[in-house]
Amino acid sequence: MTVVYLDNNATTAVDPEVLAAMLPYLTEYYGNPSSMHRFGGQVAKAIQTAREQVADLLGALPTEIVFTSGGTEGNNTAIRSALAAFPDRRHIVTTQVEHACVLNLCKTLEKQGYRVTYLSVDRHGMLDLLELEAALTGDTAVVSTMYANNETGVIFPIEQIGQIVKSRGVLFHVDAVQAVGKIPISLHHSTIDFLTLSGHKFHAPKGVGALFVRRGVRFYPYLIGGHQERNRRAGTENVAGIVGLGKAAALAQSYLQQQGAVAALRDRLEQTLVAQIPDTVVNGQGSPRLPNTANIGFKYIEGEAILLMLDREGICASSGSACTSDSLEPSHVLQAMGLPHSVLHGSIRFSLSRYTTAADIDRVTAVMPEIVARLRALSPFQTEEEAWLQSPTLATHV
Amino acid sequence: MWNYSDKVLDLFYNPRNQGVIEDTQEPGFAVVRGEVGSIACGDALRLHLKIDVAQDRIVDARFQTFGCTSAIASSSALTEMVKGLTLDEALAITNQDIVAYLGGLPQQKMHCSVMGQEALEKAIYQYRGITPPHLGEHAEGEWVCTCFGVTREQIRRVIQQNRLTTAEAVTHYTKAGGGCGSCLRLVDEILAEATAPMTNVQKIQKIQSVLADLRPYLQADGGDVELFDVHGDRVSVVLKGACGSCASRVTTLKEVIEQRLRQEVWPALVVEAVRPVS
Repeated sequence: MTVVYLDNNATTAVDPEVLAAMLPYLTEYYGNPSSMHRFGGQVAKAIQTAREQVADLLGALPTEIVFTSGGTEGNNTAIRSALAAFPDRRHIVTTQVEHACVLNLCKTLEKQGYRVTYLSVDRHGMLDLLELEAALTGDTAVVSTMYANNETGVIFPIEQIGQIVKSRGVLFHVDAVQAVGKIPISLHHSTIDFLTLSGHKFHAPKGVGALFVRRGVRFYPYLIGGHQERNRRAGTENVAGIVGLGKAAALAQSYLQQQGAVAALRDRLEQTLVAQIPDTVVNGQGSPRLPNTANIGFKYIEGEAILLMLDREGICASSGSACTSDSLEPSHVLQAMGLPHSVLHGSIRFSLSRYTTAADIDRVTAVMPEIVARLRALSPFQTEEEAWLQSPTLATHV
Repeated sequence: MWNYSDKVLDLFYNPRNQGVIEDTQEPGFAVVRGEVGSIACGDALRLHLKIDVAQDRIVDARFQTFGCTSAIASSSALTEMVKGLTLDEALAITNQDIVAYLGGLPQQKMHCSVMGQEALEKAIYQYRGITPPHLGEHAEGEWVCTCFGVTREQIRRVIQQNRLTTAEAVTHYTKAGGGCGSCLRLVDEILAEATAPMTNVQKIQKIQSVLADLRPYLQADGGDVELFDVHGDRVSVVLKGACGSCASRVTTLKEVIEQRLRQEVWPALVVEAVRPVS
């Protein structure tokens, strides 16, 4: 059975051209780019080319690109650098729907004496800019928000946010891990000070990413050591990964025009499922969204069970359901949107890529009605009125 | 991805006994339901039992489950396990028995087996008109975990039955502490209490409280039970009234009482029925 891979927000397939570009740097060109011989020097040139390719995709300068190990490192580095730049400020503003690497870093920083404001979102997954304005104080060092949400694909109004942030003299970090390669990004005239990206979300391998640091923004490295990356990120370069990231960035640039086709497939998936299956909702539908992401709530059933049913059909998707992780709480993103419990636990994310075909979508729409019907036949809930099960502390009182 | 056993996957993909049992008021049979969990908690089970009243035996069992793979498999396993059992035999089923039937569950999924055991008890106790302390109505202050609605008594029992030693394990088995985490300190206290070696006085108090729970059920049958003495692992009880005069009841009762005491007080204890010295 061929696999239908609709979990591209988790990770993507390495593009064959990316792999081809990388392979020589895992075999014959194994020199250290810092070495004082041509054998190493040619590797340094390859890294420079990759830096230009990534900068081109972002509309940035090559000197503004720092290669990292991925999204987590980029986000940690940017936020800590911003705090180091304002040693007297103890306040951070972020949102309730960030990735774990930002949220857990903020929780750690709270223990170290920082104050963090977690901005709320509405039921469409959108921020209230007035809440942002009210949150900023003279003590705020950095605002860190996503460009687009990994679970729902909802895109934040980054430039509007940036205008507010910059007008208050605060540093602005954007986690663009899900946005890069899916929507056009131009940093040249942007308000963004730091922007994080990760290679494996757009067909480069895992373990490589980049942090954009605006020219003129004071930067404090996270990893201390050698002089690599112009003293901004110590450690011998992940050469093959960086070359792959560069190639993936160049390819992403050329595929950006095709994102409309991805969106058309995504829309077809959503529309067909909603039309075929009662009590089905598209989460975040009212907001601008990434072209590739569909987050669909199937009421009265549980996400992990749906995923295992899909898995048996060779379909890969994901769920923020409590049962899919060590956490017992359902998706913090969908919770922040205030979705009802009936939707929270039964939401599935299908995330497409440029490799997704109409046949893939048809496979999903062919099996999904049957899967949902089977699980609903097992479920004690058929309506929102099943009061005895709405709340754990109410259950025994009814 | 969770490492589910073949049995779990089989019962998930091909669930046995799903559905409801309608109460058709058939003479000689009773239909009861046990409901645990909530949609807010992420899993819920409604267990249906059909009971042969004269034989005190479960003749049919069905389930409706909202939950993940292991919740559905645990529910289905439970219905397979209880069919044909007397109610006393069914009450002796622990969550560990469900786990064993399933060929194991991932640690983080143990609460699915506890949910099965609780639904079974709820259904049977409801049929018998008794409310055991760990499943009863709860006043606000008795909740330990308000995120998932878990009481002190539930936690204590799961610790005893599964010999849990860490708060993390308690979370795996009951979900308590898996939400905001603010009750974890309380869970630690309950753990310390439950795992500390008991003095004789504590043993006697605990035995008395278990017997007090069982007493209404015995009294309904015209009998009663009293603690006579505790000597090492030997717990002597006096069976009174109808219980004391019926030989077969003495054997069953001794077993039921022993089972419950082993689960709730300490696992090595042995119950013996004695006649009071007059």
